[in-house]
Amino acid sequence: MKLKFEVGDEDFSLAGRASSELKGVLKRLGIGPDLVRRASIAMYEGEINMVIHAGGGVAEAEIEADRVVLTLIDAGPGIPDLSLAMTEGWSTAPDRFRELGFGAGMGLPNMRRNCDEFDIESEVGKGTSVRMVIRL
Amino acid sequence: MSAEDSPAPHSVLLDPEKCVGCTTCIKKCPTEAIRVRKGRASIIAERCIDCGECIRTCPHGAKRAVSDPLSMIEGYRVKVAVPAPTLYSQYDEGRSVNRVLSGLLELGFDEVFEVAEAAEIVTAATKALLAHDGTLPRPLISSACPAVVKLVQLRFPSLIPHLAPLIPPMEAAARIVKDRLHAGEDGVGVFFITPCAGKVTVTRAPLGYARSALDGVIGLRDIYLPLRAAIAAAPERVLAHAGRMGLEWARTEGECEAVGERRSISVDGIGNVIGVLEALENGSMKDLVYIEALACPAGCVGGPLTVENPYIAKTRLRNREESAPPQSAGPRRYESLGDLGWTEAVKARSALVLDPDMLKALVMMEEIEFRASGLPGLDCGSCGAPSCKALAEDIVRGTAIESDCVFKLRDRVRELAKELMALEEIRPPGLDR
Repeated sequence: MKLKFEVGDEDFSLAGRASSELKGVLKRLGIGPDLVRRASIAMYEGEINMVIHAGGGVAEAEIEADRVVLTLIDAGPGIPDLSLAMTEGWSTAPDRFRELGFGAGMGLPNMRRNCDEFDIESEVGKGTSVRMVIRL
Repeated sequence: MSAEDSPAPHSVLLDPEKCVGCTTCIKKCPTEAIRVRKGRASIIAERCIDCGECIRTCPHGAKRAVSDPLSMIEGYRVKVAVPAPTLYSQYDEGRSVNRVLSGLLELGFDEVFEVAEAAEIVTAATKALLAHDGTLPRPLISSACPAVVKLVQLRFPSLIPHLAPLIPPMEAAARIVKDRLHAGEDGVGVFFITPCAGKVTVTRAPLGYARSALDGVIGLRDIYLPLRAAIAAAPERVLAHAGRMGLEWARTEGECEAVGERRSISVDGIGNVIGVLEALENGSMKDLVYIEALACPAGCVGGPLTVENPYIAKTRLRNREESAPPQSAGPRRYESLGDLGWTEAVKARSALVLDPDMLKALVMMEEIEFRASGLPGLDCGSCGAPSCKALAEDIVRGTAIESDCVFKLRDRVRELAKELMALEEIRPPGLDR
């Protein structure tokens, strides 16, 4: 089954909705606690990233018999240096988000850590897409 | 349904005479465990966490807790009351803790032992866990509130390892009475005076330990008035020993203050607790060490079996804390109480899982989404389920039908009416002139 979420522009009140709903569905399916936790963290970090950096985007979760595929697509500014962006502690988050406790430079590394497959594509000026697979 | 889901005893009962079948309780239940069927609320036992939210919110007083009657103490040679510190907050400061406790003796108890005193020992055990136990994840979640422990079992199984594996203060108090003060004696009955239904249930079906040392649990609300009269009549005796560290467990922030951990969160009210646990599950609470989570507003002083307004009760308790010593002699007196740790595993409860077979569950989930998209989305509750989504789930589980939705029913009536009108237009040839 497929779940689709619109992630809003700089709207923290709705950030977390996708991961929360995904979590609810996975729990209903009887997926193990550790997998649920990993999937929700990956989704949550992705949502927050889209809010902070890309002015929102679309998050999708496809749940299959043996895996969960999370896809996050935005039309934001893109990431000039991917390997730098994947470094723990590296952040380009504006101060107004850091003041809220976000932007510690752990988003992408955390997403990668919590999934089994991680693909990221980004083009400056066009946007970023992330695909994460969590095997059940 | 797995073994641990077998309908556990619950302490919330419905009075069918008083229940009018309204939607108040189904909407407030944090685990969507209530449905209205045949004009009466009914609880899905496997989902109930005994938080008492329905008791608190029922406008008709139709929900009540099953606790033990005061007359129960008569069967024991030595009758010992172990009152929750919340009890002190129910009477104004003009009635000292000594007088409240003296009132309990007047009511027929032979002795009192304050749960607040035991809370000091649990405080010490919690501190020791936080200081020395590196095997447990952080933050630890307090397990003093049984509704929170059950909420974690049901809705947040990934957080079970975070629960502080310690018996609650009321249980520690009962053990002190039985194993220390009356070791080896027969006929000693220990009775907890409770602010909530959850503690009644957990005494009958303990979480983390095999058997409760308590012999009965008496609802605070049930003895409020007789105790009030007894307080007025009783000669004041010196019975209060508990210090601030134990008293403050009954209100929000008290546990964290007692444990002395600044990297902590105090959260009260079941909805707020859910919010914090969600955030914890999302990994967004990295530097926290301890979470004090209490299901009732303002903490135990806001329990569904209390009488006083929670916030007034909280202030009263604070005032009493100020005139108490920081700590009683308790922890030194009962240091040898032994291990307060859990001896039984607290397991996940699977009542929310759609089907043990994940593929079947997946098919059901898809059907639920599909069914829900055809419902009006008003979450009006008229169908007896708390939301359209919940009705969709009930339909797929086979416990409800689509026409339980009044809007769907109206659609069908309208279609039927159209069909009737169309039929009415048809004239049999013999009449068609």
